[in-house]
Amino acid sequence: MAEGQLQAGRDGAVLRLSLTGDWTLAHAATLLGRLGGLATAGLTGSHLHDGGTREARLDTTSLNRLDTAGALLLVRLYRQLEDQGFSIDWPAPRHEHRSLFNYARGCGEAVTVWPATDSGVAGAVQHLGWLTMFFLREARRFTGFIGEVTETAVMMAFRPRQMRFTSMVHHMEETGLKALPIVGLLSFLIGMVMAYQGASQLQKFGAEIFVVDLIGISVLRELGVLLTAILIAGRSGSAFTAQIGTMKVNEEIAAMRTLGLDPVVVLVLPRMFALMLTLPVLTFFADIMGLVGGALMAWNALGISPDLFFHRLHDAVVLRTFLVGIVKAPVFAALIALVGCYEGLRVKRDAESVGRLTTRSVVQSIFLVIVFDALFSIMFNFLGV
Amino acid sequence: MVGSPQQKEVVIRVRGLVNRFDDNVVHQGLDLDVYRGEVIGVVGGSGTGKSVLLRTIIGLNEAVAGSIELLGTDMVHGSPEALRKVRQRFGVLFQDGALFSSLTVAQNIQVPLKEFYDLPQDLLDEIAAAKLFMVGLSPDAGSKYPAELSGGMRKRAGLARALALDPEVVFFDEPTAGLDPIGAAAFDQLVRDLQQALGLTVFMVTHDLDSLHAICDRIAVLAEKKVLLTGPMDVMLKDKHPWVVEYFHGPRARAAAITATLEERM
Repeated sequence: MAEGQLQAGRDGAVLRLSLTGDWTLAHAATLLGRLGGLATAGLTGSHLHDGGTREARLDTTSLNRLDTAGALLLVRLYRQLEDQGFSIDWPAPRHEHRSLFNYARGCGEAVTVWPATDSGVAGAVQHLGWLTMFFLREARRFTGFIGEVTETAVMMAFRPRQMRFTSMVHHMEETGLKALPIVGLLSFLIGMVMAYQGASQLQKFGAEIFVVDLIGISVLRELGVLLTAILIAGRSGSAFTAQIGTMKVNEEIAAMRTLGLDPVVVLVLPRMFALMLTLPVLTFFADIMGLVGGALMAWNALGISPDLFFHRLHDAVVLRTFLVGIVKAPVFAALIALVGCYEGLRVKRDAESVGRLTTRSVVQSIFLVIVFDALFSIMFNFLGV
Repeated sequence: MVGSPQQKEVVIRVRGLVNRFDDNVVHQGLDLDVYRGEVIGVVGGSGTGKSVLLRTIIGLNEAVAGSIELLGTDMVHGSPEALRKVRQRFGVLFQDGALFSSLTVAQNIQVPLKEFYDLPQDLLDEIAAAKLFMVGLSPDAGSKYPAELSGGMRKRAGLARALALDPEVVFFDEPTAGLDPIGAAAFDQLVRDLQQALGLTVFMVTHDLDSLHAICDRIAVLAEKKVLLTGPMDVMLKDKHPWVVEYFHGPRARAAAITATLEERM
């Protein structure tokens, strides 16, 4: 492969530019430098002033290979000469190069690579406004969705035979039974960590035995249900979005509608009811595992025997403590299922939005779970529970 | 057609190709030659491995046995360096364009240019503009994301990216699938124009009888796990193999043939 060359010389009064070798991408960087050099020194310097001729002759007949980049560079050279007032004589290029030159000359203006965006303060304000509107619109749509699901659920109460029980049991297995190991293990570990941290603080006051109160109340009232809900939001909420989203991409939801099936009945309600039934059970399991973890650590670190632990627990914790925790589970379950299904139904027909909305579904459901947990705390405080 | 087959340079040479997925034999001893500067259309029923053949030639699918030579490079046993080199000499247009969805169209075109060459941004932008011009897209399409384009525009943008490095061979996987008849005819014309202007060799997997009539110099029929028959349209029309007869003389084929004759007369 011969390197692309550009020779500038004088032919009497005429500036002669001859192009040889390969004018291709591989040599574009070198040629670009040569063109730049010509613009600063060559054309304005020696070739121009003496004689004062403004005639140029472009010779492309001995050009070897040419590609788009080479043709564009030649067009640049041509325009450079034109700008400096040269009259240009360009004998017809070789036949196989002609169409490339035509493409290069035809495309004219440079392309826009990025979409136009407002920068600076105006852009930031615009973005803020867009986000606000987006948030409000989403809130409105989501509220509408909750309404639709509620309405369908109430209708279902009168026509229980429409309920998809097989699907519900399937989702109970998926979201409940199969989540047992991970929920159990994590609560067990959290119970241990709580006991250990509590012990090291309470020991300073000689109040080791109160570690039982600490673990009992925090696990039963808050941690058990919160931890389970967050885990399930990540595990099952995301799965709901991905499943329904994939069906949406595949136009299965549209097909379902044309066949007279309501996606809320077929897809949303079984998932929501399944999760509302399993999340309290999972929470109960998490409570037990958390207490067991705490008891083991209290035994190990403080020498509180399991016997003493559960005896003390009996005094420290009343049934109400447990109920206050577990009553939140169905509400969290409904939130997670609603957000998961809602985002799944929002998927557009491209695969990319499945990923984006799955992420959003998890973030939103965890956010809502924590917000509702705070609301429950405020409410229980007012009620004096 | 220029010259006799003996004088023409072979750019794709497939010999004794065997492709098998588990127990499903797709190709068994498949031979095919593609000559420089021609448009070859590969046809065959569903499941005859047209796309598998394309993917095997461009090195996306590993053949069980046989040899494939693309632009003089052994695609089966070639060194990674040789494969990297030859990849700069062919372009592929996948079915729906396969544009990178996180990049704008112009950036998509510039991906291979940036990968293989070190060029200033203004020249890269000029090259992107030229490619968009070649495929008949306006310069402002460059700043759009693939999701903002219609199916036909995505195909054109995909073609612009396939042409980014000025390839010698371009592969098309069902280029007119999903386009309306007007869009399909326009795309066929675009392929033909570019093929003639840039001297491309075109390897096209297609189902579109109109494309076969309009732009293919030669047709290769895949059946019975090999290339059953190659040749221009009149050879296809004379053949007696039941599938070939059914394909080229069915009701759709007749309609396409009528359109093609009408176009020739006009």
